Amino acid sequence: MSATDLSAQANGEPVAEVRPRSRARIERLRDFGIAGVLLILFIALTLSSDVFLTSTNLKNVAEQAVAVGLLATAGSLVIIAGGFDLSAGAIFAVSAIVGSKLANSTGVVEGYLVGILIGAALGLVNGIICTVGRINHFVGTLATSIVFFGLATKISGGALIVVPNQSFADLANTQILGFKSSTLIFVAFALLCGFILNFTVLGRYIFATGGNLTAARLSGVPTAVTQAFTYVLSGTAAGLAGLIVASRTLSVNAQTGNGIIYNALAAILIGGNSVLGGEGAIWRTVCGVLILALIANGFNLLGIDPLYQQIVTGLIILLAVGLDAWTRRART
Amino acid sequence: MRGVSLEIRRGEIHALVGENGAGKSTLAKIVAGVHLPSAGSVSVDGREVRYRSPRQALADGIAMIDQELALLPARSVIDNVFLHSENSKAGLLRRRQMRERFAALVERTGFELDPDRTVGSLRVAEQQKVEIMRALARTARLIVMDEPTAPLTPVEAESLYAVMRSLRDEGVTIVFVSHFLSEVLALSDVVTVMRDGSRVRTSPAAEETPGSLVEGMLGRSLDSTFPARPESVRAEPRLEVRGLCGTGRFEDVSFSVHAGEIVGLAGLIGSGRTEVARAIFGADRVDDGEILLDGEPVSPRSPRQAISRGIALLPESRKEQGLLMRRSIVENIMLPHLDDVSSGGIVRSARERREVVEAMERLSVRAAGPRASVDTLSGGNQQKVLFGKWLIRPPRVMIVDEPTRGVDVGAKRAIYELIDELTASGTAVLLISSDLEEVLGMAHRVLVMRRGRLAAEFSNEGAERTAVLAAAFGTEGRG
Repeated sequence: MSATDLSAQANGEPVAEVRPRSRARIERLRDFGIAGVLLILFIALTLSSDVFLTSTNLKNVAEQAVAVGLLATAGSLVIIAGGFDLSAGAIFAVSAIVGSKLANSTGVVEGYLVGILIGAALGLVNGIICTVGRINHFVGTLATSIVFFGLATKISGGALIVVPNQSFADLANTQILGFKSSTLIFVAFALLCGFILNFTVLGRYIFATGGNLTAARLSGVPTAVTQAFTYVLSGTAAGLAGLIVASRTLSVNAQTGNGIIYNALAAILIGGNSVLGGEGAIWRTVCGVLILALIANGFNLLGIDPLYQQIVTGLIILLAVGLDAWTRRART
Repeated sequence: MRGVSLEIRRGEIHALVGENGAGKSTLAKIVAGVHLPSAGSVSVDGREVRYRSPRQALADGIAMIDQELALLPARSVIDNVFLHSENSKAGLLRRRQMRERFAALVERTGFELDPDRTVGSLRVAEQQKVEIMRALARTARLIVMDEPTAPLTPVEAESLYAVMRSLRDEGVTIVFVSHFLSEVLALSDVVTVMRDGSRVRTSPAAEETPGSLVEGMLGRSLDSTFPARPESVRAEPRLEVRGLCGTGRFEDVSFSVHAGEIVGLAGLIGSGRTEVARAIFGADRVDDGEILLDGEPVSPRSPRQAISRGIALLPESRKEQGLLMRRSIVENIMLPHLDDVSSGGIVRSARERREVVEAMERLSVRAAGPRASVDTLSGGNQQKVLFGKWLIRPPRVMIVDEPTRGVDVGAKRAIYELIDELTASGTAVLLISSDLEEVLGMAHRVLVMRRGRLAAEFSNEGAERTAVLAAAFGTEGRG
């Protein structure tokens, strides 16, 4: 045991300062980051391709973003409420197949309605499993996604279902004010999600449940109902997206929804929403959706090997999540 | 923190006291290398050092035991104790050597811990012992402890004092931060009083009194810690609990709280106090018994139902159970009352804002504005926001669980006044606290729980510290 003589001296200058200003700066940087990436992409594509900045192309980009966008905006609410929905892609397939079969056997409108209702019902199943059943959200929805894909395969009989009735295309392809109806449906749905999140009691409950489940419960928030609602919304959105894609292509099979959930989750994360829940915004998700859509469109227009698309997309996700982690650490 | 000069001598117990935000934890963390000073210097053994990480400080024999213990809960006691000081040869652990070292540590400290238990299964007091043993295993010569006794029961605290003294006698230097002034005076050799990021004075503990410390911390004297007891207890019982049972948690608990009355619920941690509170609030299951509110039986099955009937609970841990740290003050305060400020499910933000601004003024919450995120506020202001949640609509029954834990002297008084404000509006208050002074100073009546049962009841005048402690510990108990 040797001598310990310790003296701490700090003269004049403040030693530890609170940093609300730098914190605000980081917040702004984080916001700017996502919108900035989108802007840079947009400018770069405008400069490098003559076709990019035409209304035909931009409308096309928007239309291509609809299905991922629906899944991602509803999925954001699930994540903000502290959940995680891995099964939306499978619900998408089930709804598209059931809707198409019903359109052939019974009627187009019945196909739309039942398809969407099935989406909502499967969402409710997820909600009950993850709240009442207290099963981890990742594991629960991973399991149901396997079951739902199995359902889709069974119902389709493993075959391609073609809808010969052209009026089935109305859901996606009706022209309103120069826009395709599918694009308008997505815009309306994103606005609805944003409205729920920011202006309603439910929105407050969603933030509270994801932010601190215990505190929310002790404040009287019906946390299970809140999370279950977000799953129902996610299922409904997936059903709607499935029908829109079926309506656009007039043919679906069980593989239709393959991989779409990863694009949706990627869009949510690229937007800078936290996987941990309790915070986030719909506009962020929309930014993420548009960034993915622009990358895809850019590769298309510039005629680059689509193989690179996956590499770039993956790197952008890493960058976005890294930015999120970095600002979180700086905030503590 | 600004311009602080401090000398800590070898082999002394040096206490740092001050209000929350006075800079004592910051100072302690600079000493331990957790924070880097933006100016000034730190010298160890007369040699100037500039630690960039706790690891560098550790190399000089300086260890920190934080408020939030830094252990691996899933690993065993011995693994934790020798984390980063393992005996090994060619990368392989030398288990027998480590066992021997562990036995030597047990002998030195008197901590009888099973080396193979997982740390997560230990009680907080035992986990703290693991931390101390780890510091010693790393041959620490200076141990910095931030609020070491805050989570401990009185008996556990007493045994920690004994360990701290014996370490000092071996030549280990101890720097500790504490809010408990009697503890500071009894234990330390030297006390440094901090205020607003500056050092007020450093003096031998023998020259200080609780009064002089408070005066130094606040810059003024505090007439009395507790407001006068209003005697206006109303006749009718507001909350009545009859034969309440929660299997494995508590049994046959019966008591009543009158409108405008504060009933203290004392007892050791784990005696079932919090469990009874949670059961009344509908957060946990009740297996038998009755809860009556203004004479009417209620049996809330969820906190939501309890709140709608006028029962509120202020939980013991503000960050884990009370607040949405990253959301705004408005969102936090209005969360239980959204139905009142919304129509058709849409929040009327102007109305909500008006109410919250009013509440913030009444509570004198210091914040950038009602939309400020709660994690930008100081601890005392966060606690006020937590109270604000219920003050804007005084409930019929309010259960407060450890309302002043980790809160400084000045803010304590403010919280006591808030509780009194609630009782003045007719709320019945059940006050759960491990701080005996607080229970005796605030409550009209004191109930004591022991092992899941009510062990005794005292009226305010008849309650003696020693009698309450004896009831809490049982017949063999010592104050």
